[in-house]
Amino acid sequence: MEAWRAMTARDLDRTVRRLADEITERLGDADDFVLIGIVTGGAHLAQRLADAVARTEGHRPQVGTLDITLYRDDLYTGLEKPTLGVSSIPFELAGRHVVLVDDVLFTGRTVRAALDELMDFGRPARVQLAVLVDRGHRELPIAADFVGRTLGTGKLDRVMVSLREDGSDHDGVQIMRFEAPDSPDAGAH
Amino acid sequence: MLGKDLLGLRRLGVEEITEILDTAAHFRAVSERRIKKVPTLRGRTVVTLFFENSTRTRMSFDLAAKRLSADTLGFSASTSSTKKGETLMDTARNIDAMKPDAIIIRHPCSGAPHMLARAFPWTVINAGDGINEHPSQALLDMLTMRDHLGDLAGRTVAIVGDVYHSRVARSNIFGLRKLGASVVLAGPGTMCRPELEQLGVRVRHRIDDVLEEADVVMMLRIQRERLEPGAMSTAREYSRFYGLDLARLRQARPGILVMHPGPINRGVELSPEVADGSQSVIMEQVTNGVAVRMALLYLLLGGDPLPAGADHAVA
Repeated sequence: MEAWRAMTARDLDRTVRRLADEITERLGDADDFVLIGIVTGGAHLAQRLADAVARTEGHRPQVGTLDITLYRDDLYTGLEKPTLGVSSIPFELAGRHVVLVDDVLFTGRTVRAALDELMDFGRPARVQLAVLVDRGHRELPIAADFVGRTLGTGKLDRVMVSLREDGSDHDGVQIMRFEAPDSPDAGAH
Repeated sequence: MLGKDLLGLRRLGVEEITEILDTAAHFRAVSERRIKKVPTLRGRTVVTLFFENSTRTRMSFDLAAKRLSADTLGFSASTSSTKKGETLMDTARNIDAMKPDAIIIRHPCSGAPHMLARAFPWTVINAGDGINEHPSQALLDMLTMRDHLGDLAGRTVAIVGDVYHSRVARSNIFGLRKLGASVVLAGPGTMCRPELEQLGVRVRHRIDDVLEEADVVMMLRIQRERLEPGAMSTAREYSRFYGLDLARLRQARPGILVMHPGPINRGVELSPEVADGSQSVIMEQVTNGVAVRMALLYLLLGGDPLPAGADHAVA
């Protein structure tokens, strides 16, 4: 097993800023969309994206969180019950343009669960997906609209996003490699 | 981690009780949503098997299961084959043949849920067995206390009334002591017998003796169906000596929480002004009941362990 740093703190910061710019470029003012982060990494990133939008646009979009534990499709297969987090969408969803935010896009199952849960909160006009890292290996027909970085990984590899908000002493993305990636070129961005 | 069943709090550890209460606090949010339902237990079947009357507990479990998307079906002794002479084991065997995932049972005999838990592979939740335990009620009581008082260690809870016949009181005594609270009882000698001190509680007789030191007072209903003849004179006399009214409440510690597991006999153990007063948290108990039962079903209805690698949470 080898481990290496795929993104440094500075990379991560720049990528978040670029994602925020792309979102406002395509979706308009901060009033025109809401950010909903998937607990826990995505929730922190949604806050950072909102801060970045606020710095450039002078106005902060509304932010919510989704904890998808109760919507998972593997609840009965895990060794231990996952700890429940908080789903909090303190604004009306109907008719809004939602940007769902997650740290890593992998099988797509988390996003599937998040979409199901989102619909139980209301009927948004449109939902798009922003991720910090797309590592491939989709098991469902799901794609991100805003991608921070595409990383070529083996299916068994672990991609770890460290964020200060989670108690980490630094920001960054690390890969622990357990097998060769499917396509060595996929990592180039 | 919890095992297959929840039969009582007597054998539960502090970590398990805390895990249930913490999980329940999260589940409250689901009942606040516009769509009060999550798909967590889709495809699971939960049977409520009640051999004694119940409105609140049964509705609460039923609602908890439905909000988690489980299918529920009810069986009550008054309308069932038990009236035609079927034994508990035969009833259970028939239910077993229909492949349930969990049975929630209330039975007049202490130990009935334990017998089913040993004999069958499905999850058994005790919703009240005789005079033994009623764990989900005690858990919702402790959640309500924790909401108001925070950590329960060092707090004093008074339980007043027919403690001897109360499974609610017994489960609360086990649970509260594990969380570090002390429990003091008050009631007539026929209902608050000295041998209850073996459970690690103090037994007093006058309600006024316990009100001044208690952070919480839990008033119990007189269970006429379980009292032997002569254990009590009249409701009026009981009320005069053990009922909680405004005058008594003024003597109590300021901010004392008034609780009751329901159903209330107004004017007997609680005066209407106290039952509906600002210190009563009785309706919060009912709301918390659904959350606690959702947490129990969620934590108990887990599946078979599978090797790691099926985990996508790592992303």
